[in-house]
Amino acid sequence: MATVESAHLPRLATPISDLDSPRHSAVVRITHWINTLSFFGLLVSGIAILLAHPRFYWGETGAIGTPSLLDLPLPFMRGGPSGWGRNLHFLSAWVCGLNGALYVVSGILTQHFRKSLVPAKADLAWGSLWRVVSNHLRFKPLGAESSLSYNLLQRLTYLAVVFVLFPVIIWTGFAMSPAIVSVFPVFVTILGGQQTARTLHFFASDLLVLFVVVHIAMVCLAGFTNRVGAMITGQINARKDRT
Amino acid sequence: MSTVLSRRKLITTGLATAAGASGLAVAARLADRYGLIPPDHGGILGVGQTLTYASQRPLMSNPSSMAREFNRSEISKICPVNGPPPESETYQRLLAGGFADWRLTIEGLVARPCSFSLAELKRFPSRSQITHQACEEGWSFIAESTGVPLSYVLNLAGVLPRAKYVVFFTLGEKGFPLGKKWGSLDMVDAFHPQTLLAYGMNGQDLPTPHGAPVRVRVPRQLGFKSLKYLSRIILTDTVKNIGKGLGSSSPEHGFSWYGGI
Repeated sequence: MATVESAHLPRLATPISDLDSPRHSAVVRITHWINTLSFFGLLVSGIAILLAHPRFYWGETGAIGTPSLLDLPLPFMRGGPSGWGRNLHFLSAWVCGLNGALYVVSGILTQHFRKSLVPAKADLAWGSLWRVVSNHLRFKPLGAESSLSYNLLQRLTYLAVVFVLFPVIIWTGFAMSPAIVSVFPVFVTILGGQQTARTLHFFASDLLVLFVVVHIAMVCLAGFTNRVGAMITGQINARKDRT
Repeated sequence: MSTVLSRRKLITTGLATAAGASGLAVAARLADRYGLIPPDHGGILGVGQTLTYASQRPLMSNPSSMAREFNRSEISKICPVNGPPPESETYQRLLAGGFADWRLTIEGLVARPCSFSLAELKRFPSRSQITHQACEEGWSFIAESTGVPLSYVLNLAGVLPRAKYVVFFTLGEKGFPLGKKWGSLDMVDAFHPQTLLAYGMNGQDLPTPHGAPVRVRVPRQLGFKSLKYLSRIILTDTVKNIGKGLGSSSPEHGFSWYGGI
């Protein structure tokens, strides 16, 4: 197995075959960009819906005049943008849901999750966990292997987004649908109420937005053109990567 | 070799596209035949409406699909409304007379066109249910509705088999935030046991802001489908010739026709 000349790439001892193989598979790349588009649609329309009633409650019911859990300092725009907002929200949700299903099924079949996202047992020890976190906090260079595989924090974050946040957002979304809960009441009863579902939907979407912000910041830090190029073409130039 | 491959790829892609397109056309025709296409299916946003409606309709045709019902202790103390009652002279005159002169007419594709006074509706078998009502804006309350099941009144009128929609017209004219309101339900929702012509709320006559004398209550959909201040019901096989042909006034203002979400 040939290894890369150390003169050219000092820190790299990866088999050359791995360097040639794409950083992201075609399914991951395509679903990534469809997801980007649908997430943007969901975000814009979600804000439009929020502005119709920027107030959150706990339990089954809540309205102006009843105690609230959270009052956002935003204007009430009753009868305002929530009409088209809702329509765009559900169109985007369909795209996001079907696209996400394709991603998850393919990720399981191709073992993408097992190979690239599930961390090794040894990495989950407190010591190595702490090392990764402290390296991040001190902005320590990641090393060239970061362009070829995900580090522990990335793995845990992506797993949490795909297998915790997205399921929570879909579940709480279903719980707000009077039609769906008439068939499957458990969507809402397990949460304790429709307004609780609305509030949790908002919190989960906040976390997803936080993820997107950090995600974009990390892409910028690692080299925007190279990383975005890798997500489009599948190839990454480890030499150009700002590590 | 690469040109051969790319040509082969081109042909396969072309065939797949053609198959996909004809598959979609067949699916659309089947969906239309089984009543899975909402009246406001047009445009890019209509794609989402259609997917939602088409996927929820078969599920909700199941007789066990019932909106949750609550205990009396869970009834909300505050039950807000959106928009003031109609300002029209007709409505004000009916209101002043305690709705003694009000009648609900049922016409269109029915064997026996008829009309009922409020007192007549109250003499029919009634149903009371405590359900959750959510406004599409996000707020909600729980209240008890009392009324006659819409299906009972429709059966009295004798709905003809080719009827597909029950269209509701209201007394609302001016003073409504979005102008005159009208709307429609498909037969699945119209004949659902929880769909009521409600004349009572929380043990009293339906309060004026909540739609006196009679509103329709559709607890498996968002609040805006429960039209208030009813005056006329028409059964029809198409809603294309009413208003802008979108099935209700709400899509004319950017909202969806189907409110099951």
